[in-house]
Amino acid sequence: MSAQLVQFLLAGLTLGAIYALVALGFAIIYNASHVINFAQGEFVMIGGMAATAFVDSGLPLPLAALAAVAAATLVGFLLEKLAVEPARNASVVTLIIITIGASILLRGLASLVWDKKIHSLPAFSGEAPIAIGGATLLPQTLWVLGATLVTVAALWWFFNRTLTGKAILAVSHNPLAARLMGISVRRVLLVSFGLSAALGALAGILIAPISFTSWDIGVMLGLKGFAAAILGGLGSGPGAIAGGLALGLIEALGAGYLSSAYKDVFAFVIILAALVFLPNGLAGKRAAERV
Amino acid sequence: MSFRTLFAVGALALAFGVQAQEPIRIGAFLSVTGPAAFLGDPEQKTLELYVEKINAAGGVLGRKLQLYAYDSAGDAEKARGFVKRLIEQDKVDVIVGGSTTGETMAAVPLAEAANVPFISLAGAVVIIEPVKKWVFKTPHTDRMACEKVFVDMRARGATKAALISGAGGFDRSMRAECLKVAAKNGVQIVADESYGAGDTDMTAQLTKIKNTPGVQAVLNAGFGQGPAIVTKNYRQLGIAAPLYQSHGVASKQYIKLSGDAAEGVRLPAAALLVADTLPASDKQKKVVVDYKREYETRFKQEVSTFGGHAYDGLMLAVEAIKRAGSTDRAKVRDALESTKGYIGTAGVVNMSPQDHMGLDLSAFRMLEVRKGDWTLVK
Repeated sequence: MSAQLVQFLLAGLTLGAIYALVALGFAIIYNASHVINFAQGEFVMIGGMAATAFVDSGLPLPLAALAAVAAATLVGFLLEKLAVEPARNASVVTLIIITIGASILLRGLASLVWDKKIHSLPAFSGEAPIAIGGATLLPQTLWVLGATLVTVAALWWFFNRTLTGKAILAVSHNPLAARLMGISVRRVLLVSFGLSAALGALAGILIAPISFTSWDIGVMLGLKGFAAAILGGLGSGPGAIAGGLALGLIEALGAGYLSSAYKDVFAFVIILAALVFLPNGLAGKRAAERV
Repeated sequence: MSFRTLFAVGALALAFGVQAQEPIRIGAFLSVTGPAAFLGDPEQKTLELYVEKINAAGGVLGRKLQLYAYDSAGDAEKARGFVKRLIEQDKVDVIVGGSTTGETMAAVPLAEAANVPFISLAGAVVIIEPVKKWVFKTPHTDRMACEKVFVDMRARGATKAALISGAGGFDRSMRAECLKVAAKNGVQIVADESYGAGDTDMTAQLTKIKNTPGVQAVLNAGFGQGPAIVTKNYRQLGIAAPLYQSHGVASKQYIKLSGDAAEGVRLPAAALLVADTLPASDKQKKVVVDYKREYETRFKQEVSTFGGHAYDGLMLAVEAIKRAGSTDRAKVRDALESTKGYIGTAGVVNMSPQDHMGLDLSAFRMLEVRKGDWTLVK
């Protein structure tokens, strides 16, 4: 029985780590602009699809992964430059709607540039399952968990130890004061879009060997990542990670012990519950609404 | 308009009417784009290819075929609109199309009301059950796939099976059909799990199945990436019971995605998939090899069974028109219903007033993945 539990926990952690990476992308852009970027799932898709395309064209896997992250980052920059920045004086809701439009556009472009087939990346280090306490684990899962940890550490360093990172945090706290201090809010926005695009792409590449990739995977992953971000508290890095892992575990345990038919329901019931009972999420800061 | 010009126009029309034979109008509505594009795209290509070929060979009854094809993009509402246009504006003689069951069912009332023979390319049983006077279909049904799998399970001594299915329309329809016919085929379903669209990990559900006592075989009803993930997770967990997939993933892509994990997986599929390895004595050999060659040389991509459905639909219509000796809709319908021994890509078709599909279980071949390729299970 305990082997079963271990298996569910492992499945939950794998799912959760992916949701956490997507949720982090949401958090970064939300911090910089208070915009919820609904094209976040599309960055995940672009990462996976670009990496498979590069591998198919003969690049070795590590190079293909780097190139894919670079491509997604470029798309993130372009999204900010061409769609968000021209409308920067519009309300946050308008900007959110723009990102929804951008996500539809990106999906359509992906299905044209690549195709509508499902693609797979080779696993980074073989597919022989590793046995742990009667349960099994794919080596790729370790890659996902490890990369998530490294990313989180790198992000912590970036936001707390570098000038650009601190500038982003400053803008998130008070854009006006930040501008008075000589921080370019426009540059901060640009960097944060590029950064979350890179994060999304990384998630997309990591999961491609496990769950494959196709032009339309961004929708569901984006939603799940959004649910994780809400659960963790929008705009909080540690919250996004906690939210992602919690969501993954709840899904896996729910599917295992309750009913698999309602697996997706858990995720969305959680969003509703979090919005009603815990509007600031697990780790969200209490936002004081100024009147 | 003066009387003289009117007269001239009339005379001209008359002259042309005598000289050029009216073309035979074939109507089609297919999901060429959208989520079901993998169905509609090869279907459309197949129709275009064969209409062209038939016309180059002199047409049917000395008349050319003319194809009126619309892209319904997997949307039942759009399908309805296009079928209306096909019937009222294009005045087609026969409709071949409806890539998905949803689109087909939206078109059924229109075809029935207008008395137009309608050959659907979609899978579900509801299209032909209960029998609708003007509606026919070419693909196998999901119920047949279930039965084929259960028969094979029994042959391998398995009577207790677990079911795992996705959340899509195809998945759910097949799951329902399998549950319905399991008992009749002597198989007991002891576990019934599901997963969502876009799910990335099914180890939780499979662990549950693994720990269900008495499971001797597992059937995964689904298509898309889900079945490939199930296959990988299945091997990861080291489940020993044989795994069956549905005809929904009967393509090379499934093997490519699942890699080594697919070894030993069985699934029911049309003969087209193993065209080259069929024995020469097989009735379908010539048809499927010819279609495969034509399609692949023209479009430089692998054939799919879906394109084959469109081939069967068009050929059934053409044969019926030939036998009816005209495009009189009632005569064509009667000819379609009396189709006997037509050999198509899906199997040998014997229609009757009670059966508007005309395929039996022999149309499905049981395939097993061996060394990264499909092999026929003897």
